[in-house]
Amino acid sequence: MFDLVEDLFKRTLFIGILLLAGFSCNDKKENMAQVAVNAQTEELKIVDFEGLKPYLNKTDDKTYIINFWATWCAPCVKELPYFEEITKQYQGKEVEVILVSLDFPRQFESKLKPFIADKNLQSEVIALNDMDMNSWIPQVDESWSGAIPATLIYRQGKRQFFEKSFSKQELQTLLKQFIN
Amino acid sequence: MKVFKTLLGVVAIFATLSFANLNDNEGYDIGDIATDFSLENIDGKMVSLSDYKNAKGFIVIFTCNTCPYAVAYEDRIIELDKKFASLGYPVIAIMPNNPEVQPKDSMEDMKARAKAKGFTFPYLMDAGQKIYPQYGATKTPHVYILQKTNKGNQVKYIGAIDDNYQDASAVQVKYVENAIDALLKGKEVSETKTRAIGCTIKV
Repeated sequence: MFDLVEDLFKRTLFIGILLLAGFSCNDKKENMAQVAVNAQTEELKIVDFEGLKPYLNKTDDKTYIINFWATWCAPCVKELPYFEEITKQYQGKEVEVILVSLDFPRQFESKLKPFIADKNLQSEVIALNDMDMNSWIPQVDESWSGAIPATLIYRQGKRQFFEKSFSKQELQTLLKQFIN
Repeated sequence: MKVFKTLLGVVAIFATLSFANLNDNEGYDIGDIATDFSLENIDGKMVSLSDYKNAKGFIVIFTCNTCPYAVAYEDRIIELDKKFASLGYPVIAIMPNNPEVQPKDSMEDMKARAKAKGFTFPYLMDAGQKIYPQYGATKTPHVYILQKTNKGNQVKYIGAIDDNYQDASAVQVKYVENAIDALLKGKEVSETKTRAIGCTIKV
């Protein structure tokens, strides 16, 4: 319920900002986008592993793609558009993408938030800040040595983990195996 | 019959793929004998483990210039070498990335970084990327502690340096130091494998 109210509030705020921006600077479309995205990034979700766990174990019928990445990880940044495409394609209905950032906490403000705004990321971004990597990494997947990019795809009982980067085609093909 | 053949083909492909995956993940486990190598150091000389006649073992660290996690550990790697080289366990740093993919990890950049930080240990280029796959390194930084035995250099520890990449002063468990302390006392390493986030090796 609270979520709904919060969501409504955000939407209202968002539209309000858009209107304001529209009135005040018609010629500055870029600024408008900036303001709109900032409304999203203001409340960057920061969690420890306990907070992340529920996202790794949802039981509804959707396929979840959990991608571990960081702004400083070049191969991660390279494959982000493929994940973004899936978010846009499925609109969170059949498939949901969650981008788990492993950026350094001291760079949440200076790097991560501006990155989310610049790229206008549509997938949900969660910052994972949990020092005890030795205990949480194997809980994501026993086979994970800790290299990123890494991606977990699951739908109910079916789970697959990949400690690698994807091509666009590879990711789409894989996803189809989960949806169908 | 045609369907059957197609099915068989698909099964064969999957079987091959899964074997390929298994092979990718292969590398050393605790107790394995690690290969020696001859790799170029930042001073232009070739370095092998066999050059170290008096060493009791080695702290082999796959690391690089460009990974923020590796950079966060540079000072601690220097400290490890200062503390343990004289006790018989020198640090041997190996840069596993392909410099054509990651230009800031070129030999020239390695030299510059080593000079700027005052590396006290060899910083070797895994030219042709032949060594890191044999060890099974997947990321930077990735540590292998080896102990000299009559069979060769035996792997005693694989994993992270300690349990806090962000803040050296907030570290609670120094995995590498604990392992070497145990080896120096003639004991078994209690925690032989640990995990940490790192940057994938650039091929």
